Amino acid sequence: MPGPFITDEQILRARALAQQITAPLFAHIEQHTTISVERTVLRWFGIDGVGSMGAPLVNLMADRLHEKGLLRQGAAYWYGRALRMGAQSPLDAVERLAAAPLEALGPLPAAEEAALRDEVRGEARAAVAELESRVARRRALRDELGSGKTPHKYVIVATGNIFDDVDQARAAAQAGADVIAVIRSTAQSLLDYVPHGATTEGYGGTYATQENFRIMREALDEESKRLKRYVQLTNYSSGLCMAEIAFCAAWERLDMLLNDAMYGILFRDINMRRTFIDQYFSRRICALAGIVINTGEDNYITTADAYDAAHTVIASQFINERFAHAAGLKDWQLGLGHSYEIDPHRPETLLLELSQAMLVRRCFPDAPLKYMPPTKHKETDIFFSHAYDVMADLVAVWTRQGIQLLGMMTEAMHTPLLADRYVALKSADYLHRAARGIDEEFVVREDGKIANRARFVFDRALALLEECASEGMVAAIGKGRFGDVKRAETGGKGLDGVIAKAPDYFNPFLEILEAKR
Amino acid sequence: MTAQRQLLRAYGDRRDDGIIQLSFTLPVPLSEKAKEAASRFCAALGLTDVKVAAAERAADEYTFFIVYARANVSIDYAAISTPELVIKKLGFDELNALIEEKIARRVVVVGACTGTDTHTVGIDAILNMKGFSGDYGLERYPWFDAHNLGSQVPNVELVRIAKEKKADAVLVSQVVTQRDVHKDNSRQFIEEATKGGLKGQVALLLGGPRVDHALALELGFDAGFGPGTKPSDVANYVVHRVLQKIGKEARGAHFEGEPS
Repeated sequence: MPGPFITDEQILRARALAQQITAPLFAHIEQHTTISVERTVLRWFGIDGVGSMGAPLVNLMADRLHEKGLLRQGAAYWYGRALRMGAQSPLDAVERLAAAPLEALGPLPAAEEAALRDEVRGEARAAVAELESRVARRRALRDELGSGKTPHKYVIVATGNIFDDVDQARAAAQAGADVIAVIRSTAQSLLDYVPHGATTEGYGGTYATQENFRIMREALDEESKRLKRYVQLTNYSSGLCMAEIAFCAAWERLDMLLNDAMYGILFRDINMRRTFIDQYFSRRICALAGIVINTGEDNYITTADAYDAAHTVIASQFINERFAHAAGLKDWQLGLGHSYEIDPHRPETLLLELSQAMLVRRCFPDAPLKYMPPTKHKETDIFFSHAYDVMADLVAVWTRQGIQLLGMMTEAMHTPLLADRYVALKSADYLHRAARGIDEEFVVREDGKIANRARFVFDRALALLEECASEGMVAAIGKGRFGDVKRAETGGKGLDGVIAKAPDYFNPFLEILEAKR
Repeated sequence: MTAQRQLLRAYGDRRDDGIIQLSFTLPVPLSEKAKEAASRFCAALGLTDVKVAAAERAADEYTFFIVYARANVSIDYAAISTPELVIKKLGFDELNALIEEKIARRVVVVGACTGTDTHTVGIDAILNMKGFSGDYGLERYPWFDAHNLGSQVPNVELVRIAKEKKADAVLVSQVVTQRDVHKDNSRQFIEEATKGGLKGQVALLLGGPRVDHALALELGFDAGFGPGTKPSDVANYVVHRVLQKIGKEARGAHFEGEPS
């Protein structure tokens, strides 16, 4: 374990501040739901298909309810009402609810209301049990085959076509990858629906759909068995459909998800109220499904400067940790993000990068952590680029990162070629093998550059947390404290999908998830 | 008068040895046959003395090769004509001083990642205060008025803001290139810019990892900036362009660092 560098009391202070910062946001989260949370509920009841024009049924249904002002009672309630009206299918339920005049949708007699809720709760319990059994199957396969040693080597595929992605993912697994990430099509985060079915056209990546998840996980199960090593799959639970993607991923047995409490607000200009509610439900699902989340703090230092903004990464990690714990996630599920991004033309960057990675390890000893490679200062000289990535490999093994996204020598040029992944995996394997245990051999001096830098960064992180606690998170984001990006509380996309809950709001899944502490 | 021919070959470790290195992947399992295939592949490229230095099992069905070989082609260096460099690129202080003296107002630049592209790394490197690789971004220049609109900006919106700010130059950054989406989107920007009356009036610049000057010209831009571009390259280009427009510099003058 590196350091102390800082005292345990200082770390406790940072945690207490994070709790103070997020508390008012939880009041907001408890009192509201969103259209995408309600769509998630409908998906969990098994409503999957698409209607005419290809719109997902859950969107048709949630939109109709929202237009009539009914979502405040929860989609689960109306799902129950539709069943009582004799709906034969989800599409039929949509039509019946849409056709019914508002006066026919008033409250039922108390006994009937109670019976309806009991019935829907029963169905929800069965649906949760089904999800849990799928997750248990994943766990069994993982236990049977075992995983590679950490840092788990994480690589990306991004062809746009799920079937080509499968070929590339299998090849990467054969070359030693432990985790495969399927990059999403650009701008999917701004779609207020989850596309349906297998997809073969995407820009900069492949659409995240439940069917694409299934296809890839099935291929990796097969490859894992062949390789006798479990290969993990990850995707993106972010954007306007955070919770729906989390559900689809959990159902299809994905192992990890990129999931950040603030990323969408800062980098995709999604409304902050919407994001705070969506991230909570999505993380509740991840907690249940044993999904490891990857947070996005690395992004702060690709927009802001990595040397100057190092403290924002630490401050945000404490906030992300608090949001995660409050949603039931355990430390082993927290792939808190950070990266090797300081301008390599500066002096002593290896020391600075070690300092930052050691500080993160010191603050979050039981979290796997997710280490990201250089991107911002990458040059198109692939030979230099490769050497640069190898330094990140060294820091990753030195600071015991659980998950390491491998840098690609052709970063800043094109999506990785098959051979780029191979070259990155071979050298990461070498560094991890060569330097394993180095942290136990070298003690970092407490009066040196690494420790002093860590103390400096931590002090600034603490000051930022103090500021967020006294002025509020919303004000801090408004001032551009994170990633140099400023956002207003009522700005951004998706605010029209935020709904105040009625006193009789009904969401049996949330009840079940919150009861599983 | 006929120019002296100057034949040029690749330089390995001796003049005119023609040695080059290349790497590529063939979708076959690693085997002696695969190595022979790599060798023949290079022969088909016209290479001789092919040495397959490495044949690596990149995956079960893929082999990665690193090859050294001799390329027996030469080109006439003397026959290449590119514009002569006549103006030295100016540094930060000199360029600001030049704007103050000759243009006497701040040069307005508006930039964005347009269309669906969410990757702001390029536009940020050029425009943001911090800049790139020790070279300050345009926001840092007191005599530039630079506006970075971020990502996913609709083309029509960029044109509107450029007009509103009376921009001297518009920067369009395109990072995602899959299925040539950058070209389609760039063409659409030029259509909007033409409709909005910017074309011919305002310098239209395209930047990105797969952009070069020729591509930008082909798409209807005034200049294209590829990988490795420094903010000072863009700053110099824009200033010279404005000077030419207001008749304070000869048209057709070129400067060091200009996209070619």
